[in-house]
Amino acid sequence: MNATALPLADARNSRDALADRGFRWLVTGAGGLVLLVLGAAALSMLWGGREAFAKFGIGFLWSNTWDPVGQQFGALVPIYGTVVTALIAMVIAVPVSFGIAMFLTEIAPKWMRGTVGAAIELLAGIPSIIYGMWGLFVLVPVLAEHVYPWVDAHLGQWPLVGRFFAGPPLGLGMGTAGLVLAIMVIPFIASVMREVFLTVPGRLKESAYALGSTKWEVVWDVVLPYTRSAVIGGIFLGLGRALGETMAVTFVLGNAHELTASLLMPGNSIAATIANEFAEADSAMYRSSLIALGFVLFLVTFVVLAAARLMLRQLSRREGN
Amino acid sequence: MDASLYGFRRVKNALAQVLAVLAAIFGLFWLVWIVWTTFSNGLASLNLALFTQMTPPPGEEGGLLNAFFGSAVMSLLGILIGAPVGVLAGTFLAEYSRKSWIGETVRFVNDILLSAPSIVLGLFVYTLVVAQMGHFSALAGAIALAFIVLPVVVRTTDEMLQLVPVQMREAALSLGVPQWKVTVQVLYRSSLPGIVTGILLALARISGETAPLLFTALNNQYWTTDITAPMANVPVVIFQYAMSPYESWHTLAWAGAFILTLFVLLVSLAARALVSRNRITHD
Repeated sequence: MNATALPLADARNSRDALADRGFRWLVTGAGGLVLLVLGAAALSMLWGGREAFAKFGIGFLWSNTWDPVGQQFGALVPIYGTVVTALIAMVIAVPVSFGIAMFLTEIAPKWMRGTVGAAIELLAGIPSIIYGMWGLFVLVPVLAEHVYPWVDAHLGQWPLVGRFFAGPPLGLGMGTAGLVLAIMVIPFIASVMREVFLTVPGRLKESAYALGSTKWEVVWDVVLPYTRSAVIGGIFLGLGRALGETMAVTFVLGNAHELTASLLMPGNSIAATIANEFAEADSAMYRSSLIALGFVLFLVTFVVLAAARLMLRQLSRREGN
Repeated sequence: MDASLYGFRRVKNALAQVLAVLAAIFGLFWLVWIVWTTFSNGLASLNLALFTQMTPPPGEEGGLLNAFFGSAVMSLLGILIGAPVGVLAGTFLAEYSRKSWIGETVRFVNDILLSAPSIVLGLFVYTLVVAQMGHFSALAGAIALAFIVLPVVVRTTDEMLQLVPVQMREAALSLGVPQWKVTVQVLYRSSLPGIVTGILLALARISGETAPLLFTALNNQYWTTDITAPMANVPVVIFQYAMSPYESWHTLAWAGAFILTLFVLLVSLAARALVSRNRITHD
């Protein structure tokens, strides 16, 4: 029809094709970068920790010496502290979060659900350093004066479990760190659980109510089985966060490289050790050992988080069907 | 027999409900306590010097001006580096790799990155940048923050683009618009509030991050605008001052904590207000 339009259109077509290819490469590159970051993070820490791994071998994981002067390092105390504080946090946080999620989806009056749910989600975003500071200045004195002396005098005297609760009431320590961690992950796990509970189809719950189920039976026998994998996924996400949390525990853990059963005694965790000592690490071996600790933390959280994501994904897959 | 069974079920139900209410009170109790402590201590230590003077030597009065400035610079740089890459990677997930295994892998890895401990990212940037440059710098801090921004923006961009109706793409493509133009001029435009929300959430998250800055930007007692030198920042200053034995430093730490919390809450509220319909999770 219009002869002059053809070459113009051709030129534009090829320009568009070129731009299209370029844009595709650009976004693919950005996608690849995400993969690269995780891989590079793992490799760089393996590289940074090579001196420690080469010198101490696999025994690095279960040696409890931490001697910057003698250049001997082992990861047992920090690993123990990380695991114990995270476990305390989960023991407190999981039932409480479940209760909050149940309250927000089944029990609370309608007008309250949205507001309280939003408030909890908002508070989940408060920086962890605030939790740590509050723990140090507010919680530690309260525990030291009013709670731990009682714990030491009563629970501390029990046979068998007594040694977990005996010790000087310093206020700082594994128990305090676990409690602060719990307070920090509660809003997080609770908001994941609440969101997951909201995905349960209304007709499932209504059927159960129509058959005469109580609220508890609906939550325990209908909602929970339907969302089980995602609930566990949410708990694992919280666990991943508790394991890797730095600031909230560094303030209240006491920074002591000693292996102790008592929850009242100061201890250390991987993240707290790195945060406290990295800037002061004066020798290559010291620094390398700290990076090696970081690598161990990375591996552990990677496994926990990968499991969490796989389980959360199961629910969304079912929803898609 | 029936009566006792009903009674048992009723008691169990009542007990569970009471426990759930108690759990909600327990959870909120701590959070309210923490917010109240931060606000009351922070408000008590607010004064004009906070915004006009530099961080003081031990035991002396001063302000946090250089720390505020440093935090602003590093957060901004972190967003400037992380957000564009995040938007592009999110575009890749939503538009260029639907239902492909590579897309699924990237999404999975991104989800892990989203909740990876920030201290690990700090160590990564330490070996990547600080160890190579030979000294701590604000630039390294910004890069560490960018790695935290990245997964948040990828996730929200991906989710927001997937919400755009497929008819919109078809309509634009059938007019002969090339795909990159469809993405940039149609899809980005319609999901802009969502993408901005993602960036705001990322900003809220990095402004309180302490651990990654400890090994990258470190701290600086003085005013500096040189991004290749160590730079003061609010979280690390709070950390150092709170751990110190000096009362005047504690006061400054509380003031910093108050402003930090206020900022994070306001930014999250803004993000929420922007997209109140399209819910986003930031776990």
